[in-house]
Amino acid sequence: MEFRPYNNAQGQNIFFKDQDSERRLFTGRILIGTAIIGLLFLLLLGRYYNLQIIQHDHFTTQADANRIHTMAIAPARGVIQDREGTVLAQSKPSFTLEIIKERVHDIDYTLRELQSILDLDDSEITRFRERLKRRERPYEGVPLRDNLDDEQIARIAVNRYRLPGVEIIAELVRDYPMKELFAHSIGYVGRINEKELNQLAVDDKLKNYSGVFSIGKTGIERYYEEELLGIPGAQNVETDVHGRILRTLDRKDPVRGKTLTLFLDVKMQQAAVDALAGRRGAVVAIDLDSGGVVTAVSNPSFDPNLFVTGINSHDYGALRDSPDTPLMNRMIQGTYPPGSTIKPLVALAGLENGFITPDYQIFDPGYFQLPGQEHKYRDWKKGGHGGGIDVHLAIAQSCDVFFYQLATRMGIDRIHDFLDPFNLGRTTGVDLTGEKSGVLPSRLWKQKTFKQMWYPGDTVNAGIGQGYHLATPLQLATATGILAKRGIRIRPHLVKAIDGKELLPEFDTPIILNNPKNWDVVISGMHEVAQGERGTANKVFKDAPYTVAGKTGTAQVVGIAQNEKYDVSKLTDRQRDHGLFIAFAPVESPKVAVAVLVENGNSGSGAAAPVARKVLDAYLLNRMPPPAATLPESATTPGEAEE
Amino acid sequence: MASDFIRQLPSSGKIPRSIWQKLHIDPPLFLLLLLTCGYGLFVLYSAASDHRISMEKQASFMGLGFMVMLMVAHVSQSTWRLIAPFFYTTGFILLLGVAFFGEISLGARRWLSIPGLPRFQPSEMMKIGLPLMLASYFHSRSVPPRFKHVICALLLIALPVGLIVKQPDLGTGMLVMASGVVVLFMSGLGWGYILTALATASAMAPVMWFFVMHDYQRMRVLMLFDPESDKLGAGWNIIQSQTAIGSGGWQGKGWQMGTQSQLDFLPESHTDFIIAVLSEELGFRGVILLLTLYLLIIARCLWISWRAQETFGRLLGSAISLTFFVYIFVNMGMVSGLLPVVGVPLPLVSQGGTAIIILMIGFGMLMGISTEQKRSLF
Repeated sequence: MEFRPYNNAQGQNIFFKDQDSERRLFTGRILIGTAIIGLLFLLLLGRYYNLQIIQHDHFTTQADANRIHTMAIAPARGVIQDREGTVLAQSKPSFTLEIIKERVHDIDYTLRELQSILDLDDSEITRFRERLKRRERPYEGVPLRDNLDDEQIARIAVNRYRLPGVEIIAELVRDYPMKELFAHSIGYVGRINEKELNQLAVDDKLKNYSGVFSIGKTGIERYYEEELLGIPGAQNVETDVHGRILRTLDRKDPVRGKTLTLFLDVKMQQAAVDALAGRRGAVVAIDLDSGGVVTAVSNPSFDPNLFVTGINSHDYGALRDSPDTPLMNRMIQGTYPPGSTIKPLVALAGLENGFITPDYQIFDPGYFQLPGQEHKYRDWKKGGHGGGIDVHLAIAQSCDVFFYQLATRMGIDRIHDFLDPFNLGRTTGVDLTGEKSGVLPSRLWKQKTFKQMWYPGDTVNAGIGQGYHLATPLQLATATGILAKRGIRIRPHLVKAIDGKELLPEFDTPIILNNPKNWDVVISGMHEVAQGERGTANKVFKDAPYTVAGKTGTAQVVGIAQNEKYDVSKLTDRQRDHGLFIAFAPVESPKVAVAVLVENGNSGSGAAAPVARKVLDAYLLNRMPPPAATLPESATTPGEAEE
Repeated sequence: MASDFIRQLPSSGKIPRSIWQKLHIDPPLFLLLLLTCGYGLFVLYSAASDHRISMEKQASFMGLGFMVMLMVAHVSQSTWRLIAPFFYTTGFILLLGVAFFGEISLGARRWLSIPGLPRFQPSEMMKIGLPLMLASYFHSRSVPPRFKHVICALLLIALPVGLIVKQPDLGTGMLVMASGVVVLFMSGLGWGYILTALATASAMAPVMWFFVMHDYQRMRVLMLFDPESDKLGAGWNIIQSQTAIGSGGWQGKGWQMGTQSQLDFLPESHTDFIIAVLSEELGFRGVILLLTLYLLIIARCLWISWRAQETFGRLLGSAISLTFFVYIFVNMGMVSGLLPVVGVPLPLVSQGGTAIIILMIGFGMLMGISTEQKRSLF
């Protein structure tokens, strides 16, 4: 190696270097560098080749999954309407204001502005902020106010340009325009809860609910859930990363739920509610040709609209804890001692089993004693009804002693077996959920329920519908209907037609008597009750332009000690007897059966019968030509009313 | 080979200079840069959400960049050598300024505001300042470097890099370090040093992991192996960019037709992740075209460096070329999931004025080196 002088560009001689060796060294390094660069470039190329060519299909799928989303389109829930076509339940759009925080520049500013635009109070803002914290994913809208009206929507629209992230969402919400009037029968929908969700999953029905957030909770809304639901549609949409829909790729329309037409109608329902005049109770009327329930009132009621978007705990607590139990459907869930309304059936049992004949008579001293017992079972009428009481009169005047005696002679099991096909002690099969079966007592039942033997005294009480006996107003109405139709058993139901297609009435095995004339004996007794001169309810029905057969009843709420007298003034409101009345009309060709219960109404004739009259009027006067009156001969002398 | 060089020595007298040499322009490099910038603008138009506005802004930065490049090309190498220490010292002082007075943005202290000047990141200056300083340092010393020179050089590297990593800005720190290390490598650093350095680096890796790296940095490394573990969080970027690249295929979905980029699934699509947009919309063939342009630029730059007659020019030129490659490799590697996510833009394509100006200063220096040669060989 030799050293050479080297001049730089400016000709300055700095110092000597071994130019050749430095050249070689640098060239070597450049080559190494080039090699490394080449290799790494190949590595990059290989990586992109791998992603773009080898894994292309995988990533194409992934990119499509990113942007294409299948969105369910909720079907509109079926409309429920009354017999006349008046809408009782419908789905109507409700507008909710939502805020998507990611699109808002300044959340405090936005909330302040909205507060002045919508008159929000501070609690709504607080609730919104809490919900905001509980969001599950970014870009999830948080509702601030629902049920926006047109004016509010317009005011937001005007200010929208300075309120990014504020969105108005339209949702189909169930609406019950009649509010309290049909609350128990129609029931209500509510948000699907976790338990229902699990059940849907078990039943493999979740796909029927995509995009649907509500489910029928009670009443017809629940019983006819499948018919009302409809079939959800779906659409494939392209969205960006924020979930904004850019375009619809394809769409399958939803199928709306079926329309249910009920036997109920607004006028009759309103008439019954008016007749109850705010008293607690239930009114049921059944059309006897179809089994259709034409009136179904349970009072007090509630506004089902409260439940649709979620009831607040304060409102719910008030409904749940009220001593008036407004949430209970008394028609099918309230069980009451039927009291004297059971007497026609007991009488029928006695006639049919040969324990009495139409001519059979007793003397009523005002009390009844079991052989060898001191205890006196008293008649409701002090001093008794006297002599010559046959079955006709026993029904008409509701003679207790007659039935004490008859029941004791028949024994409880005969009574049970005869009354059982009248749907007492078993559910009627009405198209509502939560129906109670009541109690039709028997030896077996008492043994099973209380592990106790049956005493003769139990039979005495059972003869007048007291003691263990319990029935719902619907059961009483159905039993009355079976009696009216002389053994034909039509299952009661509320829905008349689905999507305009009439449902066929369902029949159960009819009751066939050995002697069909026995029907007439009992029915004429009931006719006497309502329109005969000795009847307990003749004041109410004597001027009715149609024939009525009925029976009053009084159900004890508290037991009366042996030597005490039932004294209204000594009892609190809730200890008073329940008033009951069952009836059907017209007597010759029965069209409608009614059962009325007035809780703590004191007496059947005073409290319940007038309600039944109004319902029968409402039903029959519109439908029938003025009857060629087969009115009972001058019902001028009012019969003695039950206490 | 050595005899070839001897024939080119200045003793051969004055050679007539071409018009390009008078303008201090290297035509092949100039043309390649123009093509790449044009390609970059084409991609950026599609990638940026405001399309034309971003593209025009970027184009004006590129125009400015080319002017800066031509001006820089006119500065002689001896001048650069003289300026180098001042440049480096100023940069270092500014980095100190950042450490004490810098503005905090997104949890890091990277920016410096000096009244009368636009806000800037002094760490960017060091991308040029450090190789300049080292090239100048080794120019007047024997090559290959002796032990004490190596130590000095390492100190010159470590001081600014340490400050940058401390900001924290690991990505830029590594790039600045790379720009210094390539000068050492090109200066002919002995293999003993290189092997020792590699061994030390591997030994230090666990120490770095546990004591130096921040949580978010560790997370980025972990995401490399299993992005699905935090799909919506740290893994999001890498999953979405790979999906974009992969779904592009050979042909691509078409310019402005990329679903990943146009529907905003791809984050940072106009800056650090722009290669994913290019891959998705223009396909693998678009990637090949870009890599070819890059490769040609680097090849030309290395050629120029190799042809340089002075140590300074060789070291500076090759350092700039290799650093340019490092940017490309780190960016494309990170976006495709080969490397952890670090904030490195794709040269000449990603949106960003500073990056373009810094790159163009580098290419200006290379043009200067190229045209100071006594004889043109192309």
